[in-house]
Amino acid sequence: MAITKKAVVFVSLKDGVLDPQGVTIQKALAQMGYEDFISVRSGRFFELEINPEATDVGRKIDEVCTKLLANPVIEKYRVEPGE
Amino acid sequence: MKFGVVTFPGSNCDYDAYAAVRHVLGEEVEFLWHRSSDLLGVEVVILPGGFSYGDYLRAGAIARFSPLMEEVVRFAHSGGVVIGICNGFQVLTEVGLLPGALIRNRHLRFSCRYVHLRVERNDTCFTSACEKGEVMKMPIAHGEGNYYNFDGDISRLEDAGQVVFRYVDRDGNATQEANPNGSIRNIAGIVNAEGNVLGMMPHPERAVEEILGSVDGLKVFESIRSALLTPNLAGRH
Repeated sequence: MAITKKAVVFVSLKDGVLDPQGVTIQKALAQMGYEDFISVRSGRFFELEINPEATDVGRKIDEVCTKLLANPVIEKYRVEPGE
Repeated sequence: MKFGVVTFPGSNCDYDAYAAVRHVLGEEVEFLWHRSSDLLGVEVVILPGGFSYGDYLRAGAIARFSPLMEEVVRFAHSGGVVIGICNGFQVLTEVGLLPGALIRNRHLRFSCRYVHLRVERNDTCFTSACEKGEVMKMPIAHGEGNYYNFDGDISRLEDAGQVVFRYVDRDGNATQEANPNGSIRNIAGIVNAEGNVLGMMPHPERAVEEILGSVDGLKVFESIRSALLTPNLAGRH
């Protein structure tokens, strides 16, 4: 039996789009004394478990990223192979 | 004249919208279930406030894939009048009927209070009962109402006169203090280029009787009614 493959999709706000969560976390870090972290950008990730017999997986991942997982108006995404 | 109110799992202002139309405006209204593919012959579609699909992923992101939304998009493209309130506005941006996106409030808090809005245009089918520049009082209740779009797109939106409502102080000034969520240029409501689709974060359906603290929201519903009675105003081609 083929080994199930995984992919991980990272979604975050595009550069230049205000990330209020990131800003708040950065301020908290500075208050805790960690002033070296001068900027924080937040985001989320999705682990996709892929049917080993699936074909054309790269295209399908791109499709679900632009259709659902990310909002292309404000967000960017990056795909990495999972463990 | 028949209005339709879409109910998604997690909608919670659907009954408010229904009551505003039926009991205050005095028009016919039907609930439209999100799994259905039938708009039941309604002439206006209201996408109500709430937390469709628990706001999972992004507010409005999952609701846009409901079978009924395909019909709503078709209806809007053929010139039908659609108004999205709060979560309904978020659904309209996610489905691409309105430009831009609604992101987390700048201060990260859920805001639930009255705000003042300035009517930027009264030649739309949603504001014909208002005066241009009129200041209206309505409640907001949202955590993700921060209207965002890129600079070039904002300029195009402004140039095309698509900004219909702006957050202002009680004297009508669009100050930073009057902006409850960080929206670019104090934007509270926009229409599409054709003028038949409106999205707004404030709740007109919760401002239709004196006991609610304001009756200003009723003007939005009265405007829609007169637009439908004067079809060339409603953006139908």
